[in-house]
Amino acid sequence: MMEPFTTHSGIIAALDRANVDTDQIIPKQFLKRIERTGFGQFLFCDWRFLPDGSLDPAFELNRPEAKGATILLARRNFGCGSSREHAPWALADYGFRAVIAPTFADIFFNNCFQNGMLPVRLTESEVDELFKRVAAGVAAGQGYRLHLDLREGTVHDDAGFAASFTVDPFRRRCLLEGLDDIGLSLRQTDSITAWEAAHGLPAVGG
Amino acid sequence: MPPRTLLDKIWDDHVVCTPPGELPLLYIDRHLVHEVTSPQAFEGLRLAGRRVRRPEATFATPDHNVPTTDRRLPIADPVSKQQIDTLRNNCREFGVRLYDLGDADQGIVHVIGPELGITQPGMTIVCGDSHTATHGALGALAFGIGTSEVEHVLATQTLRQGKPKSFEIRVTGRLSAGVTAKDLVLHLIGRLSTEGGTGYVLEYTGECIRSLGMSERMTVCNMSIEAGARAGMIAPDAITFDYLRGRDFAPRDFDRAVAAWEKLPSDPGATYDRVATFSAADVVPQVTWGTNPAQVVGVDARVPDPGSFSDINDKSSATRALDYMGLAGGTPIVAVSLDRVFIGSCTNSRIEDLRAAAAVVRGYRVAPTVRAMVVPGSGRVKRQAEAEGLDRVFTEAGFEWREAGCSMCLGMNPDTLAPGERCASTSNRNFEGRQGKGGRTHLVSPAMAAAAAVSGHFVDVRGWEYRGAGAP
Repeated sequence: MMEPFTTHSGIIAALDRANVDTDQIIPKQFLKRIERTGFGQFLFCDWRFLPDGSLDPAFELNRPEAKGATILLARRNFGCGSSREHAPWALADYGFRAVIAPTFADIFFNNCFQNGMLPVRLTESEVDELFKRVAAGVAAGQGYRLHLDLREGTVHDDAGFAASFTVDPFRRRCLLEGLDDIGLSLRQTDSITAWEAAHGLPAVGG
Repeated sequence: MPPRTLLDKIWDDHVVCTPPGELPLLYIDRHLVHEVTSPQAFEGLRLAGRRVRRPEATFATPDHNVPTTDRRLPIADPVSKQQIDTLRNNCREFGVRLYDLGDADQGIVHVIGPELGITQPGMTIVCGDSHTATHGALGALAFGIGTSEVEHVLATQTLRQGKPKSFEIRVTGRLSAGVTAKDLVLHLIGRLSTEGGTGYVLEYTGECIRSLGMSERMTVCNMSIEAGARAGMIAPDAITFDYLRGRDFAPRDFDRAVAAWEKLPSDPGATYDRVATFSAADVVPQVTWGTNPAQVVGVDARVPDPGSFSDINDKSSATRALDYMGLAGGTPIVAVSLDRVFIGSCTNSRIEDLRAAAAVVRGYRVAPTVRAMVVPGSGRVKRQAEAEGLDRVFTEAGFEWREAGCSMCLGMNPDTLAPGERCASTSNRNFEGRQGKGGRTHLVSPAMAAAAAVSGHFVDVRGWEYRGAGAP
């Protein structure tokens, strides 16, 4: 049972970059752990920290307006590269519940759903508008808050921004109900066994 | 039945069921497992009291995180050792076949799968690794999955999947002398962009693809993910069947298997969701200049000026990339000097790759300013290379000759770049920090990497003066 996702309101951290790859989200030196937990401290490690180990104040997530952010905003092709599920694990462990971008890499996109995290695809112009609104908030010295509703497939803020998004109905249901994917599939064991019988299951190794 | 593509045929054959309101369950024929993306999946099974449904269809090997130095020595990094020990213990507990460190057939999972004949046409194959696309070269539907999906496959031998769209990548003509499959796929990624294939399975077709050997086809399919496509595939033909015949896990009744495999290629008139045509004659040796594989030019070109990109994202990516890479727009590629050369990875570590690199190196020495390394893709590749004397060609020229593994492709093990070091690499990703924090990676073919090692900077291998046997 994973944590269900229905609605969420939170502060946006804006990462104004395209093609953010999973090597950046969680660099390989942290993939040696054998647990699912504890990866948040290493999120964006090579970008977030200076060589002396202190936080780089210039990096987007370290700015005061991004403090406590739970929604990540980025440009297109977010999560490209490796299949490492450590990427959504690190984002979730850091505190993110959703990522908004114009497009996502396929494997990362799927991995999000397995971890109670909502990837939201908006149009380039909607994403542009969100970046502008975050920047306006930054200029005013405050974080920018957004509201997500998975039941309705909508996004809105408190100042007139509204957009909608779609999610595959099955993925949506699993996320809304926090369903265990494997448990659901195991209900189809008879079909799986029948498929194996029909295909003769050739012995492995000739 | 209407004409079907290779993808349609494999897909239709493997849909177990589509429960109302759910995604289809796709049967998985072969599941490949390595040490980095599997521990949490096995732990999940253990916590839920589940077993591996078909351990005999599951194959494991440690590759990402293994040292490539003397295998008789203990693993120095205790965290790496724990991960490799965990794979061993999980395989023992759940009855999964393991090609362990020290096993003669251990190697990069995407090299040993085809090499052992585990990978076969018409199969569905998954692995917790994005370069699983490699296996599509044999006419399989093969793609990378996350760790939760690894657990799902272990428990059910199926995967929840919506059907991907099909994208025919037709390549006409033949590659010119000195131009390789690596150059072709880098050229294609440069044209398609890093997300041009997202949501699609790429099927590579055309005269050029048909003329490629199995190893070259694997290089092409391997990098499909760098264009955003989870899978790349090539219809099986006589080259595929000849490659598989006699391999360890090849079907015993081979002729009967071939008769079935011959029905797999796309039917005449089958339609793809998208089609793009490229000419092999346009491909020259490629070198990446930036921090994603689509940031690539011909060796005869210059590093582009960020101002030359019209798209705002491309422009800002290029600016960031050049800053990271320590390069100025307008620099000729052949003026870029190197500190390191890496020949290896699931893209280019098979025997054909090592032969091509050795042919360039023979009779030369590695430039004094360069540290160069060859990491064979598997124990078998290493032994074959040694039987052919390739190891001596490399070591006499000043290359390090290592044990099999992923090594400096991703630098999880001690094989890494130091900050600021510049490397010509036959691997698949030039992301920031990929080969080591602050390291600068240029992706090239094995022949181009070998020529760069000797010259100390990039050179156009088409003009190489070969000094011995093996010249193309």
